[in-house]
Amino acid sequence: MPETLTKFIFGRLTLESLPLHEPILVATFVVVALGGFALLGAITYFKLWGYLWREWFTSVDHKKIGIMYMVLGLVMLLRGFSDAIMMRLQQAIAFNGSEGYLNAHHYDQIFTAHGVIMIFFVAMPFVTGLMNFVVPLQIGARDVSFPFLNNFSFWMTVGGAILVMASLFVGEFARTGWLAYPPLSGINYSPDVGVDYYIWALQVAGVGTTLSGINLICTIIKMRAPGMTMMRMPVFTWTSLCTNVLIVASFPVLTAVLTLLALDRYVGTNFFTNDFGGNPMMYVNLIWIWGHPEVYILILPLFGVFSEVTSTFSGKRLFGYTSMVYATVVITILSYLVWLHHFFTMGSGASVNSFFGITTMIISIPTGAKMFNWLFTMYRGRIRFELPMMWTVAFMLTFVVGGMTGVLLAVPPADFVLHNSLFLIAHFHNVIIGGVLFGLFAGIAYWWPKAFGFRLDPFWGKVSFWCWVLGFWFAFMPLYILGLMGVTRRMRVFDDPSLQIWFVIAAFGAVLIVCGIAAFLVQIFVSIRKRAELVDVTGDPWDGRTLEWSTSSPPPAYNFAFTPVIRDNDAWFDMKRAGYRRPLSGFRPIHMPKNTGTGVILAIFSVALGFGLIWYMWWLAALSFVCLIATAIGHTFNYHRDFDIPAAEVAQTEEARTALLSAQGARA
Amino acid sequence: MIAHDHAGHDHAHGGAAHGSLKGYLIGFVLSVVLTAIPFWMVMTGAIDNKQATAVIIMAFAAVQIVVHMIFFLHMTPASEGGWSMLALIFTVILVVIVLSGSLWVMYHLNANMMPGLHEMRQMP
Repeated sequence: MPETLTKFIFGRLTLESLPLHEPILVATFVVVALGGFALLGAITYFKLWGYLWREWFTSVDHKKIGIMYMVLGLVMLLRGFSDAIMMRLQQAIAFNGSEGYLNAHHYDQIFTAHGVIMIFFVAMPFVTGLMNFVVPLQIGARDVSFPFLNNFSFWMTVGGAILVMASLFVGEFARTGWLAYPPLSGINYSPDVGVDYYIWALQVAGVGTTLSGINLICTIIKMRAPGMTMMRMPVFTWTSLCTNVLIVASFPVLTAVLTLLALDRYVGTNFFTNDFGGNPMMYVNLIWIWGHPEVYILILPLFGVFSEVTSTFSGKRLFGYTSMVYATVVITILSYLVWLHHFFTMGSGASVNSFFGITTMIISIPTGAKMFNWLFTMYRGRIRFELPMMWTVAFMLTFVVGGMTGVLLAVPPADFVLHNSLFLIAHFHNVIIGGVLFGLFAGIAYWWPKAFGFRLDPFWGKVSFWCWVLGFWFAFMPLYILGLMGVTRRMRVFDDPSLQIWFVIAAFGAVLIVCGIAAFLVQIFVSIRKRAELVDVTGDPWDGRTLEWSTSSPPPAYNFAFTPVIRDNDAWFDMKRAGYRRPLSGFRPIHMPKNTGTGVILAIFSVALGFGLIWYMWWLAALSFVCLIATAIGHTFNYHRDFDIPAAEVAQTEEARTALLSAQGARA
Repeated sequence: MIAHDHAGHDHAHGGAAHGSLKGYLIGFVLSVVLTAIPFWMVMTGAIDNKQATAVIIMAFAAVQIVVHMIFFLHMTPASEGGWSMLALIFTVILVVIVLSGSLWVMYHLNANMMPGLHEMRQMP
């Protein structure tokens, strides 16, 4: 009886599920636990819980949610990168009969976790955070369309991240590679909890991603300031719109395919099994119908960042605005027509492979057009090589190489040689690091002063820049060479000693990237210390061109005291040229949404639901599901969702800014 | 909530009528008829050919979707300033790409990679 009771309460979870036999994991756990306790202790000691809860966790302010997304992305970057450096170290030493320091069980989890975390919990939160922060400011809105939904989306993303992190110390993560192809991810070959962690983490986070996509589309379509027609929107807003359209159109496919996989694993259906009419290749087909748009979801907003940065730091209107917009829209559509290039070798035959090979090559045309637009924007511009511009130039040089190897891989016969080789790994890291990550650093350096009212320290930024760029080239160029020599991905040990030197060079590159990440953290720390020196009271430190630079830094809760009226692209540049004066009187009360803790509570129940399903604790799953639905319904009866900021308070905020500006003017 | 100013503005001009009782009744009757006919076809076996029955039911289902969109979701080419129509077209294109693409891909895969059992049996 006690045994059945334990089984009922804990499901599959036993003491053996804790990875006490893995010294690396135990050590990691000790460090994480100590760090975690130190952090929680510090928050308690400085009595910050109330502040965090009231001002941040329950906030529906798009700017704060955006910043929280960025913090999540940064924390998960550290985790994802630890996985990366562990892999690089293993591959650099596992030669000449050495097994390295990671066993196969652990190594397989590491490469899976690295991929999953970097895409879903680093790149996605960073991109979503940037869009969240910048888009409403750029279109002259006071918040997103559905502020509560925004908070809820963020906490669901956190919920997914918590499940992935939990798998490190409770049980194990998937050992299947980041897309968990069946039949390997089926219940027969992966009976443990790893794949279940994968499924439920992505399902929970996927809810957040989809809802935030809907929210931002709605915001961009409905809440633009008067006069801002579609073709006067800043390019970053355009690329965000296209990205969110892609999110809304493609994430349901991921949700559906993971649900089918879950049904296979939980109730014994046969969608993707080898027998009873199942077909694992259908999973591969479906998941790439989501997966290919996903890579454009990641890169498009960064194309927007580069457009803003290039135009601002060249002191020129963006070259070819219209072609930029159309290129983005064309990429949006074409990204749905190329998915098969991820599995040319599946054996679909010549006509299918040629079709998808050609569409893949076509998609490089609008991307190339963008590249020329940036170059022509710089041409004869008065370029200021500040940090965001440096990242942009590095992006242009790096991304073009990645794009060209992508076109090589788009040739089906070549892909038969290079499929699943390190050449592929080098290619997609080349575009993701060289495109997405460089873009994020450009965006962070560019909009940091807007978010916090002071610039980032340029010296440490440059250290970080050079470490990242050189580190990238050292880490991934050897992989191109190895891939051409036929080395496949996800290998743990190697037989051929002549390959070792390349892996050592790659590991050196990874060490440089460690320095880059460290320098970035130092940069943030130093900038906060020196914030008095780096302060910017004008709200427009870069001589910006779009609306977000017209308000103060950091912007007030209501963003704009009066909704601006737009007459041109580059609205703020146009306003400055026309001799814009800040209105100093006539303020009216501003209608704003109220904070709510419901998003946090819903996400907690979702994590509990996921945890229950993963460990077969059916009571927990059922209970948290009921609580989840009840809380959601309960929230619909909350009628106190909005309030008005009184006109006097608005006037006070604006007067404070006027005083600051005149003090600055007097000093200058 | 905050969108009130703009949303209200768009509604006034977008001309998305919030249906009338008559509209709902027409939609309801049409839906019932479009549901009843396939039911009747299956229950009585009105057409001998099963495949033809399936195709006809699919056709009725497609018409049903359109009826719902017009009478219950109040979608017209002009609603929401044309955005509903644009979203619909985009969705239809994507669904067509996904379905036809998957069928094409998987059909080719089967033809190339899965020698059917009958062919295997014919092997010496």
